[in-house]
Amino acid sequence: MVLSGNDKSNVKGVFSKIGGHAEEYGAETLERMFCTYPQTKTYFPHFDLQHGSAQVKAHGKKVAGALIEAANHIDDIAGALSKLSDLHAQKLRVDPVNFKLLGQCFLVVVAIHHPSVLTPEVHASLDKFLCAVGNVLTAKYR
Amino acid sequence: MTLTQAEKAAVIAIWAKVATQADAIGAESLERLFCSYPQTKTYFPHFDLSQGSAQLRGHGSKVMNAIGEAVKHIDDIRGALAKLSELHAYILRVDPVNFKLLSHCILCSVAARYPSDFTPEVHAAWDKFLSSVSSVLTEKYR
Repeated sequence: MVLSGNDKSNVKGVFSKIGGHAEEYGAETLERMFCTYPQTKTYFPHFDLQHGSAQVKAHGKKVAGALIEAANHIDDIAGALSKLSDLHAQKLRVDPVNFKLLGQCFLVVVAIHHPSVLTPEVHASLDKFLCAVGNVLTAKYR
Repeated sequence: MTLTQAEKAAVIAIWAKVATQADAIGAESLERLFCSYPQTKTYFPHFDLSQGSAQLRGHGSKVMNAIGEAVKHIDDIRGALAKLSELHAYILRVDPVNFKLLSHCILCSVAARYPSDFTPEVHAAWDKFLSSVSSVLTEKYR
């Protein structure tokens, strides 16, 4: 799957609208994911997963940061996330199916906070982008 | 996901054997698919899907031929299957989930016929290869 020129500008547009809220959206994304897909909690036995947890906030910040990196290097997501890709392949080994779930939750969060931004076309572009990120993070699994 | 040299060699080696029974394996894989996953029949309302049907055999051949092409051009599967990729994207639009199901059935058919060749490593190589083929066939969907 290749991101078209339009896709790339749509994605950059979304992230510029999100601006400084990215970290809080990251945390909200995780909270929704743990809520809606409880099986995802399996990767965080060491976390306090209650609402407002500092660990979830910190982790949300990390996740958001990675998405922003990817968006800023949208022509070479594989290069930008290469270390993260190694980490997921060799240590974390999060089942690939969960990237889709996280991506879904992120889309929902963006839709809630910026309904007018998420037109059908932008929605599609952002979804493609999140799939591309997921692909990069699982590319080295085997 | 990229295939290592060892994996490519494993795929090519097994293909040499599979090719001798390609048509039968193709028909059997489809039969397994329609049997285990009846929802896949939705794409073939115009077919006689009974065992041994000429249409099943013909279509099985087509599928195996395409796989053979991919094996022959294993360093450039995307180039080799470009037309098929467009066909699936613009006309057939088979839901991507079904490629996993068909790949699984092909693996079962090959394993059943060549049990001693189907070591865990060969299994993994073939699964990666069929995943690559499936990715190529769905990459132009959007």
